[in-house]
Formats: sequence, structure tokens, C-alpha cells
Amino acid sequence: MEFMGYVRPDGKIGARNLVGIIPSVVCANDVAQAIVRQVRDTVGFFHHQGCCQLPPDLERVTDTLVGLGLSPNLGAVLVVSLGCEGTDHRRMVEAIAATGKPVEIIHIQELGGTSRAIQEGTDLAQKLVQKISGIQREALDISNLIMSIKCGASDATSGMASNCVIGYISDKVVDLGGTVIFGETTEFIGAEHILARRAINKEVGDKILEIVDRMEARAKSLGSDMRKGQPTPGNIEGGLSSIEEKSLGAIVKSGTRQIQGVLEYQDIISTEKGLWIKDTPGREPEILTGMACSGAQVMLFSTGRGAPQGFPCMPVIKICGNPNTFQHMQHDMDINAGRILTGEKTIEEVGEETFKLMLDTLDGRMTKNEALGYFGSIDIHTLGPVI
Amino acid sequence: MALNIALKVNDLDNVATVFVNGIEANDQVEVRDSKGNRYPITVSGPIPYGHKLAIDDIAVNSLIIKYGEEIGICSKPIKKGDHVHVHNLDSMRGRGDL
Repeated sequence: MEFMGYVRPDGKIGARNLVGIIPSVVCANDVAQAIVRQVRDTVGFFHHQGCCQLPPDLERVTDTLVGLGLSPNLGAVLVVSLGCEGTDHRRMVEAIAATGKPVEIIHIQELGGTSRAIQEGTDLAQKLVQKISGIQREALDISNLIMSIKCGASDATSGMASNCVIGYISDKVVDLGGTVIFGETTEFIGAEHILARRAINKEVGDKILEIVDRMEARAKSLGSDMRKGQPTPGNIEGGLSSIEEKSLGAIVKSGTRQIQGVLEYQDIISTEKGLWIKDTPGREPEILTGMACSGAQVMLFSTGRGAPQGFPCMPVIKICGNPNTFQHMQHDMDINAGRILTGEKTIEEVGEETFKLMLDTLDGRMTKNEALGYFGSIDIHTLGPVI
Repeated sequence: MALNIALKVNDLDNVATVFVNGIEANDQVEVRDSKGNRYPITVSGPIPYGHKLAIDDIAVNSLIIKYGEEIGICSKPIKKGDHVHVHNLDSMRGRGDL
């Protein structure tokens, strides 16, 4: 089985051929935005980090921006730096250039301010877009696929329809030799012991328990117990009987295969294939960034209430478990998994239909949020205080 | 006409989830698995939309399985066709809501 992808100089395989305009700090966003508006086939990553943060967070932001720059869906990168930011813009450029990917940088302060930086950045972005625009897609084995998964704006249908569809595809991708990454550590609570049983060895199992403990400890340091009140009265009224059931309804997205390892938020996926966990929150702007930073070419996103957003350099396929929401928001939802609940289709049938749409998407077909350009709000998950 | 569907996600499950409103005692629902295999079960009492139905008899202290994993332990004898919820299922991880 094959899909049509772009082979990058370091051998990574992309499903899009875009130029990434990456601000090294929030203060550079407006210049980056002006460049993205002017130059076609560019995408901007307008996050809100990169200065006045503790050193571990600044490292994490730099690493994450490097990971985004190395996304195989980007053919070239322009870093937009202010000049005095806390992130290491030099390291960003070096790390991206080391893979053979074309990369340029501008510094707003050095160039003499906003208008001059926009002019210089526009010229450079135009040059980069032209440079990569002739690269042709090639037929590549499906084992090159790196798929990320997530659920958001969930309802009672998510755990029974759309998440089960993603679980079916996760197993299929792993069996075909590809890579699957799932996250949302907060949703492991109560079922982390079940997840740890699926780890390839004790070390990985212990790491799964550790990331849940770590996340709960952060909540406790602010006086909040994340287990308390779970499942909520509304969950119980809706039919969820235990915290295990609630968490398993999210975890079912990951399918049933062994878990190969646990990635930190800013990590790039290694060359090992199979099913992986990434320690991420559940909120869209941060998890989508974390997944794209891993190197994922595509995301399957399950929803019930109707979450519309995508990501600048990663096509996001919306699988809607609620048949009413699908009808109501059909210009945002790609797949109607609600047909499982009405008895029209089985989990496997919708799974195969979604898998086919994912292959078409990898080949270049735009998802609904891609065509709408609904991917402006992204962010990077940091841990410490802003100073 | 709408079918009375109860979904069984994993082959190991001993419960299925009902996706129809207004199910009452002695109504029949059609249990379906992920491949579309189907068989009827008669329910013993009302089961709301999104709630679970036992598809086997479940003895006290045995595991209640959904998604192929344990979602809790049986606290009162359960017969095939019974509503399964907090009245006959205990979480094994503590009830955060109590």
C-alpha cells in the first residue's frame, strides 16, 4: 500500500509542501503574519511563548519550534526573530539547516523595525516558496505514515463511535508498519494501570504511570485534585459508571497494540515504528502543536459537539460521532461516524472509509478545516510561570 | 424505522451500550459488534440512551468488561438484559464523586 509524498533531504516523508513562517517569540507574530498574508503557500505558527520564562521552558519552546520546523510537511522555513528573545534562534536555524532543509532568518530589531522586516521577510519567503515549488510527489510505502490522534469537544457518542473508528485505524496502521502517536495524559487518569499493561516492557509501563503522576502533582500544587468529582454527575447521568470507563472511552482511540515508548512534549518521533504515547495536555492549540512537532503528517480528530480547528502544517480529519452534529456542521466535519449509532454502518465500515479518506488526504486532498484555513490559533505547552 | 441498537465494541465485552431513547422492560434491542454481527436481547427494565446493558449474566465480584478492559467490578448479581450502572458496578479506582 502506498501514498504520494514528498521526500525531504533527510529522508523524512511529507504530505504537504509548505513554507513555514516561524516566529521565535510572540513579539514577532505581527511581522510573521504580514509575510504569511502576502506570500502564498506559506503557513504561520503564531504561538505566545519564547521570552520571560524559566530556562527549562525556554529550552522546551526552542525544541518545539525546531520540531515544527522539521515537520516533513514543510519544505522550507523562515524564522522570524525579534532579536532579544529568550529562545535560542541560532540553534533553531542550525538544527533545521543540519537536515538539509532550506532555512532563513530575519531579526526585526537589526533590520530597523516592522516595515523593513516585513519587506525582507516577504522577499525571503517568496524565494523559498519558489525554490521548493517544483518538488514532485513520489509513491511511497504506507510504513512511512506517522499518524497522530486526538478527541475534542466530545459527547456521549465519542467513546462509542468516533473513538472506536480511530482505534480500528490505529491497529491497522501499526499492522501495516506505520507509526501512531496519541497523547492527552489527563485522559489516562483512572485507566493508567490498564494502559501500562499494554507497554512493551516495564520501563515504558512505569513511564506511563510517571507522566500521569507528574501531571496530577502539577494540578495538586495549585490545590486541585483531578480525580475528585470524576465521573461528573453529568457523566453518570449520561451512562458512565466509573472513572475507568470514562478514561477508556478516550484511550480506545489508540486501538489495542503494544505501546513502544513515551515521548516528552517537545520530542521528535524516532525511527522506530508502532504505537507511541506523547505527554501532552488535551487542549487543541497545545496538543496539535505537540503532535506536529513529533513529525506527524496527519491527525485523526474525533468529536461529538463539533470542534472545527486544524493546524497550519498538519491536515486534521474530523470524525464526528454524533449524527446530528455532523448534519448541523457538515462544512467542518469530514466523516459521519454517527451512522454506527443509527445502525447504518459498522465500526469497521466507517474505519475503512476514514482510512481511505486519510490516504487521499496524504496524497494532497484538503480536509475541510484546511480548505477553510481554520488553523490560526496554536500554542506551545509550557510548565512554569511567565515572569 | 429506527433500530434499537446496543453496541458491543470489543469481543471480550460483557456489556453493550444502548443508543436509543425510551427503552422499557421487555423491549428487544439488537446487540451489534464492530464487524456488524448481531443478535437480539430482551431487556429487564428501562435503560436510558448511552447506558449499558448486560449481554451475559455477571456474578458478584467478577469484572465488568467494556472496550476489552475492566471498567469496574460487579457489586450485585446481574442477569443478561439488566441495566448496568453505579447501582451494580463499583469502580476499582475509587469513586471520585462520592
